[in-house]
Amino acid sequence: MSIKKVSEKRIEFWVGCFAISSVIALVLLAFSIAGVSLQGKGKSYTLYANFTNIGGLKERAPVKLGGVVVGRVENISLDVDNYMPRVRLSMYANKGYYSDTSSLSIYTSGLLGEQYIGIIPGFIDEESEMLSDGDTIEDTKPALILEDLIGQFIYSLQKEG
Amino acid sequence: MISSFVSAVGRTILAVIQVTGRACLLLKRILCVKPHKKLFSLFIVQIFQLGVLSLPIILTAGFFIGMVLSLQGYYVLVAYAAEENLGSMVALSLLRELGPVVSALLFAGRAGSALTAEIGLMQSTEQLASMEMMGVSPLKRVLAPRLLAGIVTLPMLTLLFNIFAIWGGYIVGVYWMGIDSGSFWSVMQGSVDVFADVGNSIIKSVVFAFIITWVALYNGYYVIPNAQGISRSTTTTVVVSSLLILAMDFILTVFMFGM
Repeated sequence: MSIKKVSEKRIEFWVGCFAISSVIALVLLAFSIAGVSLQGKGKSYTLYANFTNIGGLKERAPVKLGGVVVGRVENISLDVDNYMPRVRLSMYANKGYYSDTSSLSIYTSGLLGEQYIGIIPGFIDEESEMLSDGDTIEDTKPALILEDLIGQFIYSLQKEG
Repeated sequence: MISSFVSAVGRTILAVIQVTGRACLLLKRILCVKPHKKLFSLFIVQIFQLGVLSLPIILTAGFFIGMVLSLQGYYVLVAYAAEENLGSMVALSLLRELGPVVSALLFAGRAGSALTAEIGLMQSTEQLASMEMMGVSPLKRVLAPRLLAGIVTLPMLTLLFNIFAIWGGYIVGVYWMGIDSGSFWSVMQGSVDVFADVGNSIIKSVVFAFIITWVALYNGYYVIPNAQGISRSTTTTVVVSSLLILAMDFILTVFMFGM
């Protein structure tokens, strides 16, 4: 052992510094870089929605109301009964509940950005009910597919010309 | 001619199997024994030797790699007007690949070679043999604390490497290239996942640490006891552990992010 006995205290000090700083590094990575928040997810409830086409929507994509995140896409599966994509949404309970006349559409943030779900809250009257855990939103608009748009555009050009 | 070629191939394969077998037996003899009673204090000394003394090179390298990554990433992203995503690009490429791999390569060069040279010299000057004569097992007294310290140290170094590299990327991106500081962090936080990215980064570096210290201890223990033998063992440690790290990184990446 090349290290003398006298410096043992200093070794312990430096190893302690090293250990503490790497714990701080882990905490920084978790909280400030991965963005974990201590308050947790809070309460949430589950809603379902069937779309005709979800485009490039991915799990963990946000659900936004006027730009504010009010929920997340939890799971995307295929409803085998009618061959439609079925999306399970986890909605934050502290961001409120919506009536069953609300509608969902799939938007893209920016020209090349990620896709997200926009929720448009519906009106509330005697006949409408509030959506609760496990309900399905009926009114959905599919994602815009660029190729379909171009196809329609060319078709309309041909009809005019 | 052909038969000599075939037997050369066979000889190489047999040699590789022999080395692997001896290395596994050495590992078993280090780990599957009652630990030395002063293991903890020996372990602390080795953390100092392997970890604290590797800090300057790891932190400097991390800082500069982060800056270069940010600089190069900016020029690619700005062409697509996506320079706001620089934070997520820097953080993800560091956490997933560069952090564990580069710090493991530096660790192999800095600490792995030192381990091999130290144990190789102990072996060639028959210090290990005289320990055994005194009834002290060199495997327990010398090799075990080094193996454990190596496995613990490299993940800690990798965490610090990541922090310094992201800091370097932040400085170049925000203060030099003028990306908004808030969007740098928020895009990063939106794309980095604690378990998928930070967790896998730690798992990768634990695996690499095990590989490096194992290779280093094996090469030191089975050194050819002369000056040339020590130099050859040290070189072998750095070369073999670097190649194993890169190969293992590919395999781990396929399992972690490829499926």
